[in-house]
Amino acid sequence: MAGLELLSDQGYRVDGRRAGELRKIQARMGVFSQADGSAYIEQGNTKALAVVYGPHEIRGSRSRALPDRALVNCQYSSATFSTGERKRRPHGDRKSCEMGLQLRQTFEAAILTQLHPRSQIDIYVQVLQADGGTYAACVNAATLAVLDAGIPMRDFVCACSAGFVDGTALADLSHVEEAAGGPQLALALLPASGQIALLEMDARLHEDHLERVLEAAARAARDVHTLLDRVVRQHVREASVLLGD
Amino acid sequence: MADKPMIIGTSRSHLEQIMDAVLWSLGKQEFLDRFPVNLFLQNSTGQLKVWQIRVDLHLLNHDGNIIDAASIAAIVALCHFRRPDVSVQGDEVTLYTPEERDPVPLSIHHMPICVSFAFFQQGTFLLVDPSEREERVMDGLLVIAVNKHREICTIQSSGGIMLLNEQVLRCSKIAGVKVAEITELIQKALENDQKVRKEGGKFGFAESIAKQRITAFKMEEAPVDTSDVEEKAEEILAEAEPPPDVVSKPVLWTPGTAQIGEGVENSWGDLEDSEKEDEDEGGSDEAIIFKGVRMDVGMEVSNTGSQEAPIVLSDSEEEETIILEPDKNPKKIRTQTISAKQEKAPSKTAAKKRKKKRTAN
Repeated sequence: MAGLELLSDQGYRVDGRRAGELRKIQARMGVFSQADGSAYIEQGNTKALAVVYGPHEIRGSRSRALPDRALVNCQYSSATFSTGERKRRPHGDRKSCEMGLQLRQTFEAAILTQLHPRSQIDIYVQVLQADGGTYAACVNAATLAVLDAGIPMRDFVCACSAGFVDGTALADLSHVEEAAGGPQLALALLPASGQIALLEMDARLHEDHLERVLEAAARAARDVHTLLDRVVRQHVREASVLLGD
Repeated sequence: MADKPMIIGTSRSHLEQIMDAVLWSLGKQEFLDRFPVNLFLQNSTGQLKVWQIRVDLHLLNHDGNIIDAASIAAIVALCHFRRPDVSVQGDEVTLYTPEERDPVPLSIHHMPICVSFAFFQQGTFLLVDPSEREERVMDGLLVIAVNKHREICTIQSSGGIMLLNEQVLRCSKIAGVKVAEITELIQKALENDQKVRKEGGKFGFAESIAKQRITAFKMEEAPVDTSDVEEKAEEILAEAEPPPDVVSKPVLWTPGTAQIGEGVENSWGDLEDSEKEDEDEGGSDEAIIFKGVRMDVGMEVSNTGSQEAPIVLSDSEEEETIILEPDKNPKKIRTQTISAKQEKAPSKTAAKKRKKKRTAN
């Protein structure tokens, strides 16, 4: 928070939003025809692309096949041009592996893997522009892509980041707010039941404030869900028009 | 977790992820006072001199919840550490050895300590500090790192478990309580160590292990009635037969081949084609000794040959005991002994009707 006021006296953030306000979300499903499912999402300036292949037979070693469930394989990659300085390694570095692992855990819990034993579902996420909230954008894009692929899920998985500044919880942090060094929480939620699929926070946040930050993140995730739901319905409507129903 | 076998190698990425979180909570968030002159030394040309601290964690025994243990160990080690004192005068940086000036501790703001919670049956059951068995069957793990000021340093949920808001809040409260206790323990241990060092007593790893205590498996005491043990023992002794007198007299056939005692008579019936080169079967009254192969290990052929009551196990003349040749090399060494023994041998062998067979050297 060196010199930059993340929250003004009137309650406006750096980009003019209110504390609990999300950035503008635009999403499209079915961007690629070759893949089983694909989606593109823009959350403010953060742009993420997700592609899903599957369920198909296990590639590579057959021994990895799970007898009663599908194997979910996630890969995260961020383009070299996605950040302010050119990224050397788009994938394979530590952060990408971690993100991939987190995405996998999130989606393993949400996808009904029991319906596809001994098969594999691949989710590839690519970040084209990173302006804060990359994990959330990836999860949202991946949800849409999985839905586009027709793979059954328990519920939408909606994610949002949240922070805490000056006693107020902020929702959907941008890069500037993340870099300021305050506490940041990333939350992935199944909106209907309110269950938390993934929760990650690293910073110093007093216990008393945790509830408020969680609340803000959950509310933001539910707002994301409303938007994603609208996108899905729109897409289905368009597809059925094309099919001539 | 279903996909978490207990081989550390395969679950390493998960472990690494959590250890990263622990270390972030240490390093990223002004855990150490980075800016004073002690750690960052900037001389007049603007060059920065920096201390590098390395924490090595060695896991000695894994009985569950290594994350918590590792975080506590790392924190205590950093609190216990002393670095050499340094003084900066303009361009000059003087580093003092421990003898010149006492080493200085690191300035530590707070001590984040991890507390792990294991979830079972889709969040129905919650266990704090899971043991190894519990870890194997858990659905997922929630790690919360808190310091004693009840500030949450990091939260990580893993394993794809579904949590509810209230569960997370409850866990954070439990974590706060636990961490307060643990921080007290740590402070006490550090003070104790400092006191003992000052007074000149013994300190260190060996001293920290309590004596007279089995730290591994512990069995419960089972009550045993020993009131009439003495009488029973005497009864058993009286009724038992004396153990047979066994004197072992090895019969050395050739170097590397010996026979102790008598074997049991072959009760397999007629075995005309079976191999009869069984050395241990003891033999017939005919033993074939290869010429040129004599024991030189202190026992002569004559000695063994002169044993009373040659070991006879079967009267069959078909059974032969053929002693296989040991390695050729030993024979070469012993060529000298042949000449010495040759005079004796013929007489004895003649007396005992032993066949001599030339070795196929």
